[in-house]
Amino acid sequence: MKQVTAQGMPYDAWKDNDYIEKLVTELRESGTNVLVGSLDKLINWGRSNSLWPLTFATSCCGIEFVSLGAARFDMARFGWEVARASPRQADFMMVAGTIVHRMVPVFRRLYDQLAEPKYVIACGSCAISGGPFRKSYHVAKGIEDIVPVDVFCPGCPPRPEAMIYSIMQLSRKIKVERFFGGVNRQENQKEFLAAHPIEDTSAANID
Amino acid sequence: MSNYTIDNFSSLTTWFDTMLNNYMPSWLATTLECLLVGVGLLLVYSLLALFYILYERKICAYFQCRLGPNRVGPWGLLQSCADMFKILIKELISLNHIDKFLFALAPYLVIIASMLCFAVLPWGNGLQIIDFNIGIFFLLACSSIGVLGILLAGWSSNNKFTLIGALRSGAQMVSYELSVGLSILTMVVFAGTMNVGEIVEAQADHWFIFSAHIPAIIAFVIYLIAGTAETNRGPFDLPEAESELTAGYHTEYSGIHFGFFYLAEYLNLFIVSGVATLLFFGGWMPFRIEGWDGFNQIMGYIPSVVWFLGKAFIISFIIIWFKWTYPRLRIDQLLTLEWKYLLPINLVNLALMVWIVTEKLYFGQLPQ
Amino acid sequence: MAILQEKISKIFPEATFEEGEILLVNIPDAKLHDLVKSLRDDHGFDYLVTIVGMDWVTSLGCVYYLTSTETKEFISIKTQTTDRDNPMLHSIADLYAIGGIYEREVYDFFGIIFINNPDMRRLFLNIDWVGFPFRKDYDASPEINPVSTQSERQTDYTQSWIEMPDGSIKEEKTRIFNEDDFVVNIGPQHPATHGVLRFRTAVDGETIQKIDVYMGYIHRGVEKLCEDLSYMQTLHFMDRLDYFSAHNYHHGLCLAIEKAAGIEVPRRAQVIRTMMDELSRIASHCLFIGTFCMDLGATTMLFYTLRVREQILDIMEKTCGARMTFNYDCIGGVMADLDPDFIKDVKELLAVLPKNVAEYNKLFTGNVVAKSRLTGVGVLSNADAKSWAITGPSGRASGWACDVRKTHPYSVYSELKFDQVIRTEGDSMARFKNRVDEILQSKGILEQLIEMLPEGEYCAKVPKVIKLPAGHWFQVVEGCRGLFGVYIESDGSAKPYRLKLATPGLPAGAVVDHITRGQKIADLITIGGSMDYIVPDMDR
Repeated sequence: MKQVTAQGMPYDAWKDNDYIEKLVTELRESGTNVLVGSLDKLINWGRSNSLWPLTFATSCCGIEFVSLGAARFDMARFGWEVARASPRQADFMMVAGTIVHRMVPVFRRLYDQLAEPKYVIACGSCAISGGPFRKSYHVAKGIEDIVPVDVFCPGCPPRPEAMIYSIMQLSRKIKVERFFGGVNRQENQKEFLAAHPIEDTSAANID
Repeated sequence: MSNYTIDNFSSLTTWFDTMLNNYMPSWLATTLECLLVGVGLLLVYSLLALFYILYERKICAYFQCRLGPNRVGPWGLLQSCADMFKILIKELISLNHIDKFLFALAPYLVIIASMLCFAVLPWGNGLQIIDFNIGIFFLLACSSIGVLGILLAGWSSNNKFTLIGALRSGAQMVSYELSVGLSILTMVVFAGTMNVGEIVEAQADHWFIFSAHIPAIIAFVIYLIAGTAETNRGPFDLPEAESELTAGYHTEYSGIHFGFFYLAEYLNLFIVSGVATLLFFGGWMPFRIEGWDGFNQIMGYIPSVVWFLGKAFIISFIIIWFKWTYPRLRIDQLLTLEWKYLLPINLVNLALMVWIVTEKLYFGQLPQ
Repeated sequence: MAILQEKISKIFPEATFEEGEILLVNIPDAKLHDLVKSLRDDHGFDYLVTIVGMDWVTSLGCVYYLTSTETKEFISIKTQTTDRDNPMLHSIADLYAIGGIYEREVYDFFGIIFINNPDMRRLFLNIDWVGFPFRKDYDASPEINPVSTQSERQTDYTQSWIEMPDGSIKEEKTRIFNEDDFVVNIGPQHPATHGVLRFRTAVDGETIQKIDVYMGYIHRGVEKLCEDLSYMQTLHFMDRLDYFSAHNYHHGLCLAIEKAAGIEVPRRAQVIRTMMDELSRIASHCLFIGTFCMDLGATTMLFYTLRVREQILDIMEKTCGARMTFNYDCIGGVMADLDPDFIKDVKELLAVLPKNVAEYNKLFTGNVVAKSRLTGVGVLSNADAKSWAITGPSGRASGWACDVRKTHPYSVYSELKFDQVIRTEGDSMARFKNRVDEILQSKGILEQLIEMLPEGEYCAKVPKVIKLPAGHWFQVVEGCRGLFGVYIESDGSAKPYRLKLATPGLPAGAVVDHITRGQKIADLITIGGSMDYIVPDMDR
């Protein structure tokens, strides 16, 4: 079994290896030729090493995300510091904070505006399940029903180290992707979007 | 070209040209040469852009007590390669309700403009793609095409942020073009030529910043400020002011189209520094002191390309330093700075330079 | 107090009074406007602290908290209506600028229509929202108000109910923006709004004509959630409103509950709480300086200020066990005793602090670009600051001595020597400088606190289940961004009947429209940054 790792971290130090191994097995079984395989390797190397976040934060977790960028945790080491304010240019979305009813359409639209390949990290308990606000009348109970999520990062708020780890897991996950067919995240994404359609994205105004 | 430095590319290029002409008709030889130059230019262009992106990221990291990219490749050297690779295969989003032709055209205009300017720079001793008598004029003309690209990008995206960004950029560039032009003109007055090769040659013994002393220093400071504004870099980065206009005129661009803007921004930084090097710091000319032959010889051992790039990198460093220190100006303050301060100073400076040239108050010899 | 009561009862014979810590005046709705006007004009009650919407099942109503900036005296006014289907009260939006927003909030939560309020749109919830969530009979089942990815419907009109001279009520609609205004949407996802806030900005070129502040993108219904939790459990929400003032907000709610339950807090706990408050004030102001400078384009400052913040977070982590959501203050004291290293660490911090502040000033405050960007931008006059209820460092930049630590001292603040930092310019520069100076004031306070830290218990003995007697209490503390008020109404059970949090964020966001008119788009960023609102604090 090929040991998939990222950012030079030893394979045994990772958690959730069985999940990645499952993906690798799927990748094996679907089969591929040598040329496409090495092309995939190159593409995945580029993608997994260049993850630009979208500047998107709704609440407390966003402040920890700021700390993540600061000198102490310095996400620039991994090349993640190019935070783009425009969703067209970002690669992944760190959903840092609670998503409430009013925010849901905005959030979904932001996701739709991201250019492929796009990834989502649900950061903090609010984004995962609604967290301490789960019982509220105006809070979405997790973002899983709104967009497809790649990595969950628990905590309230997660420590910056946890955030680093979650993005590293994401970059490891990207390494077992395939550009054409097979273990293709985009297919899952299409399924998800087909199951959660939006009828009309234009903002309706009433007079 | 004379032997100011250890490397002299003119003999190499002449040999290559003669060799080609021996084996094939001259039209084919010229076409082949053009092709080779074009490919070489593209290669250098992209490599330099990648280097500059990493350069700025590392510098700003050190300003901010951080380390900067250090995980991808040794010392993070491959970071910007990974970025470029990803951006190449990233989706190009097609938008509705936009002017599709102009939207697609804009990034190419921007990158072509910067590439054309790039072609004029004197890379090294004899290493210049085209050395003709209106080199500086050509450079100024090309650099203003970039504005067009930015204006088109902002307008064709059909987005309010991009429109504001483009308008800001239009106002800013048109204003600061004046200062850039005038400060270059000041130096052209001094050099008495627009030929890039001759300008470099004239600085063999004294770089212009020394020989034309006061007006040259004023012109250099103004050029540096105006050049920073021309390239839309902080503290003049209003057209893409992140905290105001999300991403300014290129908000709607994704994938490699955005990559073009991104590359052009960094390359323009290099071009501005390159032109400053050419006009004030002797281009590829090594640091020479008249009469000190031993010293001059030692300086000559450093290849001309290194001299040129080194000087350009140092000037770029200063411009990057600006960006990571100063807060951003407001649009009215930006225009006030140009029209009320830089422009009058520039005009007075030009007159001063004319006086100095006519009264021969400079050091050393002029080419004419 | 008694004199005031006498005076009121002379002019308004229908008023009834409830004595307490704060005088409560019961007044019928018809006389409310006159009473508040007379209080404001004749008795100096020029600051509307909050409007607490209430559902007493038999009736709906409001409790207004007013205070005088001269005498620092509080007064509360209660008015109610028994009409649950179409409840209407009179607005006081013309007397206090902030009243309009507070009334919109009450309308959003309770459905009480305020007659004569020019803007009666819902504040936090969509226009299609069914029901009013804070009413006791609200049906919270998710089928009624489902999570929807469809864009919400929006209106370009404000609703208002105007009282005609003959006493009839007429519903009116007015356009928010003119037909041909160029309206730019700034937010909700925008790097400068410090979270998910949205400004609908009408611009003429670069000049701002009008801003419609659109909130609710992070409205989590904290107050309603608290009604289902025991008092102990309500505390942890305080960490998540203004996450920089976590300790201060905790302190406020603890004080309110302790006051109601009659719990005596050990002196050591009081000093520890005050220390934590001041530490978080320094951390908060540091982050403010950093993000504010970053908004203006001076990104590097953020990294220098975050260095100090990280140092403080380390100190807090050692004692509280978390970096952000501390949950440290508890009813009766604090959760755990100080870490053995605490004093040493704080002393180290205090030693480097002046050097750091000098560095910030050198890098930014004295910078010519910064000066020209900040001076004279977004001037808020003293009277406007009071009318818009802008407290904290921003209010003090307008020359209003509104520091709760001085005006209504709590815990050990009355024994400490420190100055209120007051400037009179009222512009962004004054607001910025005020915060920088407050860091140094907090440093002085911490030095005194270290000296006075006594030995002893860190938490009083409190019963496992805390039940408050029936009644209501109001407590104010100084958060990092201004006055934080807690209103608790209890029906004698173990859960609050109503818990209202009056946060400084809401006024700070609401005032942006008022002070940005005629300024440039870039100034909106400056002004928004200098008001230093925290969006979850605003939306709750």
